[in-house]
Amino acid sequence: MKFLPLVIANLFRKKIRTTLTIGSFTVALFLFGLLVIVRGAFSQGVDIAGADRLVVINKVSLIQPLPLSYRDRLLRTAGVKEVTFQNWFGGVYQDEKNFFPQFAVDVNSQRVMYPEFTVPEDQWHAFVEDREGAIAGQSLIDRFGWKVGDRIPIKGTIYAGPWEFNLRGIYRGTRAQDDTTQFWFHWDFLEERRAFGKGDVGWYVVRVTNPDLSVQVAKTVDAEFANSPFETKTDTEKAFAASFVKQMGNIEFLILTVGAVVFFTLLLVTGNTMAIAVRERVGELAVLKALGFSNRFVLLLVMMESLTVAFIGGGLGILLAKLFSLHGDPTNGILPYFYLPPLAMVSGVGTALLVGVAGGILPAVSAMRLRVVDAIRRV
Amino acid sequence: MVRVDGNGSSASLIHVRGLDKTYARGGEVIHVLQGLNLDVDSGDFVAFMGPSGSGKTTLLNLLGGLDVPSAGTISVAGDEITHMSASKLTAWRARHVGFIFQMYNLIPVLTAFQNVELPLLLTKLSKSERRRHVETALQVVGLADRMQHYPRQLSGGQEQRVAIARAIVSDPTFLLCDEPTGDLDRKAADEIMDLVGRLVREFGKTVLMVTHDPAVAQRAQMTLRLEKGSLVGAPEGAGIA
Repeated sequence: MKFLPLVIANLFRKKIRTTLTIGSFTVALFLFGLLVIVRGAFSQGVDIAGADRLVVINKVSLIQPLPLSYRDRLLRTAGVKEVTFQNWFGGVYQDEKNFFPQFAVDVNSQRVMYPEFTVPEDQWHAFVEDREGAIAGQSLIDRFGWKVGDRIPIKGTIYAGPWEFNLRGIYRGTRAQDDTTQFWFHWDFLEERRAFGKGDVGWYVVRVTNPDLSVQVAKTVDAEFANSPFETKTDTEKAFAASFVKQMGNIEFLILTVGAVVFFTLLLVTGNTMAIAVRERVGELAVLKALGFSNRFVLLLVMMESLTVAFIGGGLGILLAKLFSLHGDPTNGILPYFYLPPLAMVSGVGTALLVGVAGGILPAVSAMRLRVVDAIRRV
Repeated sequence: MVRVDGNGSSASLIHVRGLDKTYARGGEVIHVLQGLNLDVDSGDFVAFMGPSGSGKTTLLNLLGGLDVPSAGTISVAGDEITHMSASKLTAWRARHVGFIFQMYNLIPVLTAFQNVELPLLLTKLSKSERRRHVETALQVVGLADRMQHYPRQLSGGQEQRVAIARAIVSDPTFLLCDEPTGDLDRKAADEIMDLVGRLVREFGKTVLMVTHDPAVAQRAQMTLRLEKGSLVGAPEGAGIA
């Protein structure tokens, strides 16, 4: 602690240079924070997927439907505890840029299948009672300023025509990362009004009795419907979410590559700055050694300077990223889970410190190895 | 009493025997110091003079534990320093040696107070004890009213006085001065030498000083002359063999 004034004084001897180096860390860590947020937005479905849920889709593609009659057969399959089904609606609210996912859901099984989404009991009953009723997630409510009782007009794109729903309730997630941007309405209402595809559902979600048997149950389900007009492809919810992300390209690789380039550049900037800082102060470091400061102290002094820059800049950057994330999804629904978890913030600052160590170590070692006699002669 | 004939008592504060320092440069061996003997008692004030390259600064560096000799031994207050490890030598320097350089070598981003405090950061003194020591040292050099000034806000003479305060603040066994007035005008040089003289007379400090300036050397109790790595002459009482 008593050496802190020495570290601080050294850091701010070249204010502009230190500020720019801190700024480099801030920008890099802000970018790191955004990359983590985007990665999380794409993979959150994978991360929070229910361990005991399977998703059953048409073997040809997710767009192809499955018959409603499969529900009872699924319920009879060994290892299956509950079944629900949904349809993608794909409507437009006011303007195409106001994207959010709308699902026609089975009101009898939806809540049982997704206990992580909570709806007040009275609101749920009002929803069940109203064939044109709808439930919206809290994020959606906040985004459009809706309130319970509002009439929500949605223009159908797949199921053409104007559709109107009565907002009967709001659902919330029990975890921070739960997606609360969805809009649910009665599957029966869709079935009643649509002009084609009657008796079809988009996909089934199945809860198994024992998560350890998930793979076995999935195989049983697919075997059950093999060689039928609607063959199925069954995956765990996690595998389904992962394959969904994969369709958009290797996001993970892209993020890792961008992140690696940013941090490598930062490493060069830090290394260069610290090397210059040491070169400028050869005489002073030699004097410190002459006064009795050890080689190890000089090494730690230079490392502390590097780490302080990394900590201040990195911390600032990650804090800015967090503040940015608090404003919520800036993409109007493409990245519903726009959240920077605390663990990522810690690992961001940790990574900045690692860069600080890597960038400072060579200059610090050269300062440590400095021969007092040679260095003082150079002053 | 200073002796250079090798017959001094081993009880001398500084006891040097057969000191050699050689450098290899491009295949050529350069003898900077050759078979040097020296005994300095506590409270002595010795000046070393000689032409450039005669080995004055090298001798000072060896006595201060900044460099290691090629042969010979150096003992200070009973500690044989020639065979100490680098880390022990560093700790020994902090305890026993006060350096005063020609270019002052203050840390420009620290105040006078913080510069003087530096050697004390290596001790176990509390903050208030350090403050007391620093204030005393700055009072001794007459800069108590300049504590919060940065080196750039001080004159050359004042900077050197801060450097002297830094050298004495931890009460080292002896002071090594390498051209302490080399960068000062005559008036400032006289003030600095008055101060060094006071440290010897009033505080009993032992001072070894290298200088090119005969007027400065006259302030010492005795002057030793180095030429080509050997002590070649000395005033009466220096015990030249």
